Order: sequence, then C-alpha cells, then structure tokens
Amino acid sequence: MHELAVTEEVIKTVTEVSGGKRVKTIELVIGDLSSFIDESIQFYFELLTKSTPLEGATIIFKRVPVKLRCYNCQKEFNPDETYLCPYCRSIGGDIIEGREFYIKSIEVEDEDRDS
Amino acid sequence: MKIEIVKNILDANDQVATLNREFFDNLKVFTINIMSSPGAGKTSLILETIFRLDSLAAVIEGDVASSIDSEKMAEFNIPVVQINTGGNCHLDAPMIREAIKKLSISNVRYLFIENIGNLICPASFDLGEHMKIAISSVPEGDDKPYKYPGLFSKVNAVILNKIDLLPYVSFDLERFKNGITAMNKDAKIFLLSCKTKEGIDTWVEWLKSENPYK
Repeated sequence: MHELAVTEEVIKTVTEVSGGKRVKTIELVIGDLSSFIDESIQFYFELLTKSTPLEGATIIFKRVPVKLRCYNCQKEFNPDETYLCPYCRSIGGDIIEGREFYIKSIEVEDEDRDS
Repeated sequence: MKIEIVKNILDANDQVATLNREFFDNLKVFTINIMSSPGAGKTSLILETIFRLDSLAAVIEGDVASSIDSEKMAEFNIPVVQINTGGNCHLDAPMIREAIKKLSISNVRYLFIENIGNLICPASFDLGEHMKIAISSVPEGDDKPYKYPGLFSKVNAVILNKIDLLPYVSFDLERFKNGITAMNKDAKIFLLSCKTKEGIDTWVEWLKSENPYK
C-alpha cells in the first residue's frame, strides 16, 4: 500500500507542471527492483484525481527489467532467478538498470485547441 | 503538447532524508536502519547489540500498531520513541524527522531504527541512515534474497538469525548467500542466534568498526 504516498507525489508534480491544463498522458518509468506495482498506482490515481484536470489521464507504465554487468566477464545481461551470466556462466553482477522510479514526461492538451 | 519532466518520484522523501543525515552527522550519531519480515528478530538483535556497545544507544521503533517493542526497550532504560504508522507499511524520512524531535539525542552515539516488519516497502525509502541492515531468519527459508531482491541488493549487511534452528530446518546456506551476493557483492553476511548468543559478538565488533565517528 505504499503506492498511495507515491501516487500523491506523482499527482503533486504533474499538477504543478501542467498548470491547470487537462492532462492526457503521464509517462512513469519503473524499474523491476523498485517494488512499486502498476495496478496499485493506477487504482490510487483514479481515486485521487476525480474532478481534477488530471481525471481520465492515461498512465503509461514503462517497466525496466533488471540489467546486471557480470562481475566476471563485464558483459551486460538480464538475469533470471539463477543470476547466471549467459556468457561465462558465473553468478551475479553489478546492477546497472532496474532501480528507476521517475516521471519521464506528461502530455497536456494544447490551449489553442481547447478554446 | 508533451512536457519532459524526468523527476524522481521519491524526491520529496529523499530531500528530508538528506536533512536527517545532516542532523545525524552534526551530532555524530551513527544511524542504522534495520529491516526484516515480521518475527525475524529485529527487536532481539537490537537489544543484544546495544548490550554489547560501550556507548549510549537509542531506538526508534516503527510498528503499524502497539508499543510492545518500545516497552521492551524502556525496560532496559534505552531511550526510545515509538512511531505507529496506523497501517502504513514502511517508515519514511518525514516520520524520522518528527521522531528525532522527541528523542533526547545529545549523548547518543548509536541510533537504531526498527523499520516495519516487511521485506518490500521499506527498501524504497531512504530515511537518512548511514547503514541499512536486513535480517532474515532460518525458519523463513533460504529463498528470501531471491524473492525480495529490491531489499537484499540494497543493504550493507545481511544477518541470518536463529541459526540454532539449522539442524531442524531445510535451509541451504550456500543458496542463501548466493542470492545475496548475486546483486550485492559487498554485503557482509553474519550468521547468529539471539537465543544462544552465538555469532553476536562478531556482528557487533564489525558494526563498531564501521562507525564513522568512533
């Protein structure tokens, strides 16, 4: 349920940036190690944006799979639960992707089209 | 019209965490965030650790409800502040900021933050601590690092508690360790039992040696 707090943060930032314009899309980038669940963010978002310029906006979730740089051969790979490097068969690596959790962009309705 | 933002969603939390860290640094309080599932032994380990430290330690207790853990600390005259999150699954930096106002911290050298019993949510929230510790216990099984990589990949050390139960439980120690080091090769791993006290001294000596203000 920690998605409630983070969804409030998303709404706050998007509201500031959009300056009262109707928001069409919000692009969130979420790494698989970050422990945030798309459906839960979506649920709170709909609940919290009723009767606001954000109501009905589509959240585009861009999931980032974990990517490691092999400790041994330094090649990059997306691990499965064995963490075996597919190139040299040794275990594990430094995390280079998978912790992302940010708002990448939003799309707002153009003012001239609205009026 | 598309607007690029690229803003970390946890920015607000992280800014307060930075303030907390400055506060701890100014007062030279070594602050340790302890995370585990419910029942792994956070409270027991904090107590056993404090008994072996030679300087004053305080505790911030995080729980969804109750003051059972903080009463335990108070029995031993350990300065303690209880945070009840009322259902929230993790502590965050603003909660710690409030808690330290209630703690008389001037002579304290070690501050232990006992996070909510949960292996998922606490991993995402920086509190301003100097060190993150995960506790796992033998009855939980050797698969925990594989199931909760977000947490185990982020900690400075992992403590395996209740090792006195190893003879009675199927637990593959190598599998457990590999699951940690696969994405966190620098993590220290300590095996101990708060019941038999085996291994606790080794952990405490290491913790003392990591204190940046000693």
